[in-house]
Amino acid sequence: MATNNLEHSEITEVTTEANESVSHEATLYAEPIAHIGSFEVTNSLFTTWLVVLVVLLISLAIRLKIKQIPRGFQNFFEFVIEGAMNLADSVTGNKKITAKVFPLAFTIFLFVLINNWFGILPLGGFGIIEMTEHGKAFIPFIRSGTADINTTLALGLVAVIGSNIFGIMSIGVWKMFNKYVNLKAFGEMIKKVRKEPAVLISAPIMFFVGILELVGEFAKIASLSFRLFGNVFAGEVLLMAMGAILAYILPLPFIGLEIFVGLIQAFIFSLLTLVYFTIAATDHEAHDDKHTEHEHSKEVVHAT
Amino acid sequence: MEPMNIAPLAKALAIGLGAIGPGIGIGMIGSKAMEAIGRNPEASGKVFVPMLIASAFAEAIAIYALVIAFSIK
Repeated sequence: MATNNLEHSEITEVTTEANESVSHEATLYAEPIAHIGSFEVTNSLFTTWLVVLVVLLISLAIRLKIKQIPRGFQNFFEFVIEGAMNLADSVTGNKKITAKVFPLAFTIFLFVLINNWFGILPLGGFGIIEMTEHGKAFIPFIRSGTADINTTLALGLVAVIGSNIFGIMSIGVWKMFNKYVNLKAFGEMIKKVRKEPAVLISAPIMFFVGILELVGEFAKIASLSFRLFGNVFAGEVLLMAMGAILAYILPLPFIGLEIFVGLIQAFIFSLLTLVYFTIAATDHEAHDDKHTEHEHSKEVVHAT
Repeated sequence: MEPMNIAPLAKALAIGLGAIGPGIGIGMIGSKAMEAIGRNPEASGKVFVPMLIASAFAEAIAIYALVIAFSIK
């Protein structure tokens, strides 16, 4: 808290004394804190490494002392994983899919959650002061990895590309291909045109629906990555703005809000990953057939 | 007269107007979910996850506005 507010007071100083004091602004991009050769180590990257280390240490600490009868730490995590497994089961509706996708989804959850919470740790005062064209600027060491668009974009790509690979693994390349470029619809057009001429209209529509799905995959990447980035980054800006208005007291409830938002966003990200994997693993065709059968039976009932 | 920089105004309008729709949408999702839980408290576990997913989709629209707001120079 105290260190956070150090930054906030610096913002207010900037507005009064122009470029004389050390400024710190919330920038859209992560700022470099060190260089390894020509490689820039940004503060987000540094925090991400810390988070990876934390996750690694926790998992090793549990793995090395794993017991048949859980106690303490292991007990807590078994409880968490069991609850998460049950929730994942209710989303996928299939134990087999859950068993395959859950490790990835839960890893994403832990990674994003710890990243989000690292950003609001009261360590914001540690950093370096650098000369820029606008005078001295303060660059903190800690900035949530998820407050950098590159991290969230990478996570979004992993989720969407992973879901497509999972789809290929579970329903096959040809069916997956037909979800996006629906050649099967044209095949059916030739086959069924004698029986039902309406297929001449419906098949091209099906084809364009497939193209829409293809565009939808890119929209998924964009919405996944920008949702997480937007929420975490906006949280940082919000905390800074509140600290600038009234230090110490006003940011307190908002820090509570940010803890909650961090949890919810991590939850939503992993939940949507699960949903995308489940959608990719289900066969559209089989579903449609069932649907039409259902409708047929309905018609029969109506007729009678 | 000096030309005024209206880019901040454009940013504010983009996110401000873009947040109205999703705000209403998320409010409606939440109220309907509460209603559903009120009618059938045992279903709260089943309502919760679809509610979150639906509000995530509604929220995505606000994020498009946020992206536009960020990209206005």
